[in-house]
Amino acid sequence: MKLKQLESLLGDLQQFSNPKVELEQYPTGPHIASRLLYTAENSFGDVSNKVVADFGCGCGTLGAAAALLGAEQVLAFDIDTESLELASENAEELELDINFVQCDISNLVWRGQIVDTVVMNPPFGTRKKGVDMDFLCVALKVASQAVYSLHKTSTRDHVRRAALRDFNASSAEVLCELQFDVPQLYKFHKKKEVNIAVDLWRFVPKRNQGKVL
Amino acid sequence: MRLLTHNMLSSNIKGVTNGFPLGIEVEKVIEKQVDFNPDFLKNMLLKIEWKALVDASRSLGYAELPEEAPESSVIDSDDFLRKLHHALLELHLEEGALVCPQTGRKFPVNKGIPNMLLHEDEV
Repeated sequence: MKLKQLESLLGDLQQFSNPKVELEQYPTGPHIASRLLYTAENSFGDVSNKVVADFGCGCGTLGAAAALLGAEQVLAFDIDTESLELASENAEELELDINFVQCDISNLVWRGQIVDTVVMNPPFGTRKKGVDMDFLCVALKVASQAVYSLHKTSTRDHVRRAALRDFNASSAEVLCELQFDVPQLYKFHKKKEVNIAVDLWRFVPKRNQGKVL
Repeated sequence: MRLLTHNMLSSNIKGVTNGFPLGIEVEKVIEKQVDFNPDFLKNMLLKIEWKALVDASRSLGYAELPEEAPESSVIDSDDFLRKLHHALLELHLEEGALVCPQTGRKFPVNKGIPNMLLHEDEV
């Protein structure tokens, strides 16, 4: 599938109608989502025929993109009931088969590195401090092959240090810098739309022996 | 919920040391056909806990998987892989619950989605 085609399919997905500020529900736009998955597939072979997990799936854009690019199984996780309903509707609309689980990623307990690849657009941790790092920590425990994630460019040094020193990563690489358009979703947003610089990261977890958690 | 998902999830209640595998309470099981991919299945065999899969598939009413983890000579047989395919990917727990093996706490499964959220005092 061509990048343009992927982006266009993702552009048709329903977005949150009442986003929850405490969960930092900013939709992952089709531009960013399509590039994230396209790079994962075409530069690294981390998607087709793999088990891919989408952490904090929201309306399900990244998981849908993984399924469209030929992931063998996609698991999508979110804490929020409405997000999961919306994500299931979106999957149904595109006739995609996605496994949904309702859970809080921060306390997800999992039996070892069973998925190949984790893709995620975690909360940036501006409302609940550290939640972005919680997501990364768990992702690096369950993925056997790679973790793709978006983090604010302003946190680059911190993310690299935490990943390599504390979270079981053997490598941490910024693949590119992107502009995340955050539309005026919440009342406290003063400007109509702001661009936030975000890094697209690829982390490679260390192989571990047997069970992790 | 596929048994692939069941094979990954563990009870995450505070203080639980052995939360895997979760027991299964069945209200409704459905089957959905998916494409058969032998290479994918062989790869998954290295990752799944065999006994948990066998027990879970029996809970869902499918008793065709052998009790013991398959020998390498069996792994290439089409018959075996088709059974594994069915158990791992085609059976779905649509309604029911997952049960923590240590505390008996139930995690509901509605419309095929397991709810692993914890109460405040369980975190």
